[in-house]
Amino acid sequence: MILPGLAYLAVFFVVPFYSLARTSLSSSGGSVFMPELTFAWDFGNYSQAFGLYQDQILRSFGYAFVATILCLLLAFPLAYVIAFKAGRYKNLLLGLVILPFFVTFLIRTLAWKTILADDGWVVDLLGSVGALPSEGRLLSTSWAVIGGLTYNWIIFMILPLYVSLEKIDPRLLEASRDLYSPNRRTFGKVILPLALPGVLAGSMLVFIPSVGDFINADYLGSTQTTMIGNVIQKQFLVVKDYPAAAALSLLLMALILVGVLLYTRALGTEDLV
Amino acid sequence: MTIQDRIAEANAQIGEIKPKKPFLGGLRFGDSALRVVAGLVLFYLFLPIFVIILFSFNDPKGKFNYTWQGFTLKNWADPFKYPALTEALKMSLNIAAVSTAIAVVLGTLLAIALVRQRFRGSKAVDTFLVLPLTAPEVVMGASLLTLFLDFGWASGYVTILIAHIAFEISFIAMTVRARVRGFDWTLEDASMDLGATPTRTFFKVTLPLIVPGIVAAAMLSFALSLDDFIITYFVSGSTVTYPLFVNAAVKAAVPPQINVLATAILLISLLLLAIGTLYRRKRIDS
Repeated sequence: MILPGLAYLAVFFVVPFYSLARTSLSSSGGSVFMPELTFAWDFGNYSQAFGLYQDQILRSFGYAFVATILCLLLAFPLAYVIAFKAGRYKNLLLGLVILPFFVTFLIRTLAWKTILADDGWVVDLLGSVGALPSEGRLLSTSWAVIGGLTYNWIIFMILPLYVSLEKIDPRLLEASRDLYSPNRRTFGKVILPLALPGVLAGSMLVFIPSVGDFINADYLGSTQTTMIGNVIQKQFLVVKDYPAAAALSLLLMALILVGVLLYTRALGTEDLV
Repeated sequence: MTIQDRIAEANAQIGEIKPKKPFLGGLRFGDSALRVVAGLVLFYLFLPIFVIILFSFNDPKGKFNYTWQGFTLKNWADPFKYPALTEALKMSLNIAAVSTAIAVVLGTLLAIALVRQRFRGSKAVDTFLVLPLTAPEVVMGASLLTLFLDFGWASGYVTILIAHIAFEISFIAMTVRARVRGFDWTLEDASMDLGATPTRTFFKVTLPLIVPGIVAAAMLSFALSLDDFIITYFVSGSTVTYPLFVNAAVKAAVPPQINVLATAILLISLLLLAIGTLYRRKRIDS
């Protein structure tokens, strides 16, 4: 029963990585219109890619890290209220949380372009309380890109958090109370440890797509905020320097794979979907 | 120290003589503060959606629909004004339907096998299934592109389908697996003990049990396919899907009809969601 599915994934998920690896070790010739690749064990592509795009790699990981933290801070109170305080409105609230994500990702990001515009009310508001970034605007800054990343993947933080909070047996909280634990302590010693699988799963599900994204940087950022995804996309589809782009992709995948394998080793795969 | 903190502290001190409060009555910052924060986050989630709906009634002067110019209904009167946009939407619906249909079969079989049998290497299969979900989309798109280049396949409808099925299979397998994990499989034994053939057991017992999980997974997979931009961008050739059209529009001209169709899709999803909920409630009642 598992054979057809696994065979499909072998051909269209594993073999592509072989192609990618082969491409990353080839040397390129020909023109932009007809690139010619010859396989040459050319590891130079890797050192070259890393040397040229170090900034973008670091920036991607930095942005994704900040976006993940922001998602966690925003998602926790909401998931908490839905899990413990919503009562009969629980399902309605869950539906409301999911609803915005029925609008195409690109259009949502475009809407942020309107909201964060230089003459918009958000900039006015932040300007009047003196909270604008040093550029004096929001659009085209790192914060706009990080904000976009946070918005677009926060749902992947809310849902796992909700699931792990929902599983907490209320009797444990009562027990903690009955044993005279102050609320703060109940939170730190009971709720947080039990919510940890959700926190970790959510962080992974937010961090990974954020690292590889190029749309937020493209729509909301500037040339100063390009991420590794922008480089890979451009090298593959515009410049057509396949070996360099392939080397960068594999580098990114390798870095992420280490994290994923550590995660599944420690916690299994059950909290991820 | 805020008033809420003081109250919480006082409550904690007299907690032993007070009647039981609902659990976690006042966390560090009071209950209502928590609700306000949650409400603000919910508002944040909906802010762009309000903007999208509002701007579907905008009457933009230039080529871009980014600043408010004036109210008009003409975009809604003529949602299919741009044939290229309509065609792109049709293409997306087509790809989402076909790829989901294929991925549901492959993914469900995987899920059932994983839940019912613990075979050698099933743990490895588990981890393997997670990988497509955790590979960044640009890497998946890039690797598929190099594969198609190696094969010498031209990018287009078929390559988009192949790519979408690849990320949907894992997704469906994981979702269905999560839904069917708690089932009582001895029902199947009961069915066979009562003389039903394995085929009959599958269609009469197993399938009805897992259908709700499959439907949920298929709906999510359909939505994922409809929304996918990054992977599709790498393997699309000259085929244009709805997200690809939007991206091209950002570089050239953004007609308000994009907002009209986005709002319409949102309304239709909302309607389906409501019907689904009502239907389920009715079944529980009866």
